[in-house]
Amino acid sequence: MMASSYNAKDEDGHISVSGPGGGALRSKKPENTAFKQQRLPAWQPILTAGTVLPAFFIIGLIFIPIGIGLYVTSNNIKEFEIDYTGVDMSSPCFNCSQNFSWNSTRPCTCTIPFYLEQSYENNVFMYYGLSNFYQNHRRYVKSRDDSQLNGDVNSLQYPSKECEPYAYHDNKPIAPCGAIANSMFNDTLELFYHPNGTKVPVPLTATGIAWWADKHVKFRNPGENQNLTAVFQGTSKPVNWRRPVYELDYDPLNNGFINEDFIVWMRTAALPTFRKLYRIINKKDNMVPTLQRGNYTLEVVYNFPVRSFEGRKRMILSTISWMGGKNPFLGIAYITVGSVCFFLGVVLLLIHHKYGNRNNSADISN
Amino acid sequence: MGMDLSTLRTLISRYCVGEENWVDSRTIYIGHKEPPPGTEAFIQQRFPDNRIVSSKYTFWNFIPKNMFEQFRRVANFYFLIIFLVQLIIDTPTSPITSGLPLIFVITVTAIKQGYEDWLRHKADNAVNQCPVQVVEHGKVICKQSHKLRVGDVVLVKEDESFPCDLILLSSSRDDGTCYVTTASLDGESSHKTYYAVQDTKAYTTEKEVDSIHGTIECEQPQPDLYKFVGRINIYMDNEPVARPLGSENLLLRGATLKNTEYIYAAVIYTGMETKMALNYQSKSQKRSAVEKSMNAYLVVYLCILISKALINTLLKYVWQADPNRDEPWYNQRTEAERQRHIVIRAFTDFLAFMVLFNYIIPVSMYVTVEMQKFLGSYFIMWDDEMMDEELGERAMVNTSDLNEELGQVEYVFTDKTGTLTENNMEFIECCVDGHVYVPNVICNGQVMPGAAGMDMIDTSPGPEAKEREELFFRALCLCHTVQVKEEETVDGIKHGIHQGKSSSLYISSSPDEVALVEGMKRLGFTYLRLKDSHMEILNREDEIEKFELLEVLTFDSVRRRMSVIVRSGSGEFYLFCKGADSSIFPRCVAGKVDQVRSRVEHNAVEGLRTLCVAYKPLIPEQYQELCHLLNGAKLALQDRDKRLAEAYDLIEKDLILLGATAVEDRLQEKAADTIESLHKAGMKVWVLTGDKMETASATCYASKLFHRNTQILELTTKRTEEQSLHDVLFDLSRTILRQHGGMTRDSFSGLSGDCTDYGLIIDGATLSAVLRPSQEDSNSGNYKEIFLEICRNCSAVLCCRMAPLQKAQIVKLIKASKENPITLAIGDGANDVSMILEAHVGIGIMGKEGRQATRNSDYAIPKFKHLKKLLLVHGHYYYIRISELVQYFFYKNVCFIFPQFLYQFFCGFSQQPLYDTAYLTLYNISFTSLPILLYSLMEQHINMEILKKDPSLYRLVFLAWYD
Repeated sequence: MMASSYNAKDEDGHISVSGPGGGALRSKKPENTAFKQQRLPAWQPILTAGTVLPAFFIIGLIFIPIGIGLYVTSNNIKEFEIDYTGVDMSSPCFNCSQNFSWNSTRPCTCTIPFYLEQSYENNVFMYYGLSNFYQNHRRYVKSRDDSQLNGDVNSLQYPSKECEPYAYHDNKPIAPCGAIANSMFNDTLELFYHPNGTKVPVPLTATGIAWWADKHVKFRNPGENQNLTAVFQGTSKPVNWRRPVYELDYDPLNNGFINEDFIVWMRTAALPTFRKLYRIINKKDNMVPTLQRGNYTLEVVYNFPVRSFEGRKRMILSTISWMGGKNPFLGIAYITVGSVCFFLGVVLLLIHHKYGNRNNSADISN
Repeated sequence: MGMDLSTLRTLISRYCVGEENWVDSRTIYIGHKEPPPGTEAFIQQRFPDNRIVSSKYTFWNFIPKNMFEQFRRVANFYFLIIFLVQLIIDTPTSPITSGLPLIFVITVTAIKQGYEDWLRHKADNAVNQCPVQVVEHGKVICKQSHKLRVGDVVLVKEDESFPCDLILLSSSRDDGTCYVTTASLDGESSHKTYYAVQDTKAYTTEKEVDSIHGTIECEQPQPDLYKFVGRINIYMDNEPVARPLGSENLLLRGATLKNTEYIYAAVIYTGMETKMALNYQSKSQKRSAVEKSMNAYLVVYLCILISKALINTLLKYVWQADPNRDEPWYNQRTEAERQRHIVIRAFTDFLAFMVLFNYIIPVSMYVTVEMQKFLGSYFIMWDDEMMDEELGERAMVNTSDLNEELGQVEYVFTDKTGTLTENNMEFIECCVDGHVYVPNVICNGQVMPGAAGMDMIDTSPGPEAKEREELFFRALCLCHTVQVKEEETVDGIKHGIHQGKSSSLYISSSPDEVALVEGMKRLGFTYLRLKDSHMEILNREDEIEKFELLEVLTFDSVRRRMSVIVRSGSGEFYLFCKGADSSIFPRCVAGKVDQVRSRVEHNAVEGLRTLCVAYKPLIPEQYQELCHLLNGAKLALQDRDKRLAEAYDLIEKDLILLGATAVEDRLQEKAADTIESLHKAGMKVWVLTGDKMETASATCYASKLFHRNTQILELTTKRTEEQSLHDVLFDLSRTILRQHGGMTRDSFSGLSGDCTDYGLIIDGATLSAVLRPSQEDSNSGNYKEIFLEICRNCSAVLCCRMAPLQKAQIVKLIKASKENPITLAIGDGANDVSMILEAHVGIGIMGKEGRQATRNSDYAIPKFKHLKKLLLVHGHYYYIRISELVQYFFYKNVCFIFPQFLYQFFCGFSQQPLYDTAYLTLYNISFTSLPILLYSLMEQHINMEILKKDPSLYRLVFLAWYD
């Protein structure tokens, strides 16, 4: 009854006709429930010294230890970073970066020596980092065909329009199409350990670096276990690639669209400066650290040009902890908030101690 | 559609007919019979059928019409534009993100409206197809209601409702009357009497009715339920007899026949032209202040949106100036994109940024706010404390749009009778020629201080005086429009049972009359009934006296009196007149005017309602003359009201004063407490009443509107007679300004206790003088200003002797003043409707004077005391709640969109969204709108009891924010 009277208004006062005998009497007594009478239990915090001061101290006392814990954990993570872009004349990769050409057939290699001051226990993760590379540009982000990457044969032949201008080359569809795939990071990084003048290669694992869901759900090779070469017949490799997609790896479980380097690259970064997981150095022996202290060299097959857009390339070695990679921010934030609260607590306590007795009744003034 | 066509048709017919006479009238042939030859040839007009169309849509126009109506709302239209832009240009977010919420909102609304319309269709069909009995060729046949045509003669049985507007031809009762309740029309459940046309009331079978040969001329349909003029021409032997028709002959669609076995009636208005259908037109919608500021906020946000998009577009092109940034090797444009003109590119970029940031305008805000208001209004309706046990009524919300407005009221305009007072009249005393009679049973034992022993002459007066006394009692027994309920089983009304004193029920639209008739009963004269135009009175000797009722000159608020002309058993003609003192005294030529006047004034000071009674014996020739005069006026089609008023004026003169009565109208329970609370809450309370100044001011003192230490300023005719209006006004303003001097600020808070506060009394005549548009150009404009200045400094204002329209004028005046205060009008009667409609918030009291105020109000409460909780608690809560709701909506959207804005600096201004599509979509329509909805329904920042106990908290909201 009430609702209908409301509606009558809602409908620009449109006519509501009551038929014959429409004056039914309704039970008018409202129900006496806590909800309907707005008597549900309510609580309103009233800020008094008695509640605010302990709250400040408790927050301080809880946050500071958490912050310290996080900070220490983050600090214990060892991280080593090396820039191999080759901007300086003195840099070993200077020549490679200067003489870059897309058409050169002979790969340019450079070797960067470095010294690890600490030994790295546990598994070590090897990243490559790029700066000033706008993987988050909208034109770039959408320039891919997910159904093609998911193994759809039709999309293989007719890539999505989103891939333009990286969809067709010489009238043949590009597989994988799009700007992201086309610009895949293709430097090869290798690590060598130099104990006592010898050169020992550090074993790098190339699998297990992509997300499980990407590897098994989002990315699939077209054709049911067929020969990849045959499946990709009639497609063209991305313009900037040196090898077609079915020759990325010898391992059939890491080849084609399910190549993990490719999958990692295809997950675009949110910011123009980013790092991506490249290899994992697994710990083999409990007695020997994964990477010992000493001299190393990084051998780079320099294929990826960044100088044109003032980009930088880096190689990063890092261990991880339960809280992920090295990131002191969270610890610092906790410590800061905790300290500010504690400090405020002290100040307010002093103020309260000195002036608090004057007007206790001023909590709820009228 | 049907409506449009029919109006068009009437328009065309109006201009085609060509005769001035007919412009506003229609002619109807009863039973579709051609008028006899030789009479004026009427051109048959076309009328719509009796189909009621309350539905808005038909099956095929639902989608386009509903879409059109929905997209007329600015918010919906905005999102439609965004959606279209997304479809056309290459946008950062998929069209789904804004399309889905839009489609969701549109569909939900469309489904709701469609369902309601379906219900209306169903109701329409039920109404249109319900069987109606029609007399055709001397037989009663059954027809579906929508097939009724103007001119048909229908048969309506007891407890059936009328299918269209009808002219009563005859009824099963011998006297040609029938009883009708209009409960579903205007909420008045009392039985009203309607009269059949004199010449046709004898035709009581279908055969006879079918033989009626006549035409009805009446005005074209108009929405006023209580006005109707027409004329019926009956052809007896080709000799037309014209009779007047008035609203007492007109049975309205929607009303129900009661206590009458059957009636025959002629159809005059059908379908959408019935008064009921015309009456449900929309009243202008009131918008709350919060809604207005919400729109202002929206504009601000639109500006923010546009500037954000502009800044980003600009920065984008600055950033892109370097070709290696614009098109690095890994991210080339397509050839087509390169070809595009820079201006077009910049414009699409701008649009894309608009799309990206469009979520800053909250999509769901309107929906959420509406839901909050709608659901929130249930808390008002559910409130136990605003329920009246006695009436069995609880608060009603007609417009939930104004919930928050209740929390910002600055001026309260209240009616007196029925609002501040009970409107439950108690007969206190009567005074005949200076002798005071008090009925044995004095209610409440309330002792009037001044009255004790003063005029209580109970010594039996001489025979002549006794005769006059009995004449006085008879006059009161005869001069009224009270009906007697014969049955006990009357639904809805327990009026008489409540009183517990009378066995028969008196029912009248005016409670004063009931009180008077009941008072007479206690003094020994019992009004029994009206039968066959004869009023029966049981006198002190238990004899039944019969008076033939000849004419009733009904009450109206301009004349402020009513009269009856009767013929006594012995054949003498009398005119009895009853009315307000001011309208009776000047018309009296004899009687003890001075004694009665002093008594009346004494009673008025006590806060009693006084009426004076006068009579005039008539000789038969005089009566014939008057009769002629009256009938002439009644038969007039044009200016009938004016001519009637003139006739009444001629008839009601040279009266002989009999005496006066006093009726008490007690204050409503807790009225004083409520007024005090409103004062403390900083509201200014104005009482607007049609009553006398003395009575009204007594009520004001009783209800604590004026205190003992209130300095009363009078701006009345009495004063302006002595001084010019100009001087009085300046005097008053000087008095006030001297006192208030530097403390105007303090006094505004209404808390300054010891400084004298002022009360102003103004009467209708002076008010209209103040408001009158200029004669002397220099001063007139000033009067209004000075008057407002005086009012502003008075804590209470009493306006007496106000006409209904003046009440609205006052409200309008305050509404339009500089500060634009929020006004609230509260009243219970039809005379308050104008001010209820005028004020920001209109509140109706479910009183005894019908339901008109309730129907036109935004909120209806059973008693005045409930206003306290409605304003101080509900209003306060909803103000806080809606403010926080709206502010939160804008806040959360800024929070949501600002990171998006900043992110553009990190992605090369490429319009890359920061959030996932699903999150973008759901953020506004569910994640952030449902929690706040719950909050805005339940939030109680201060306990209810504290709010009630400390009314000054009401004001604090204002100072805090949102102004």
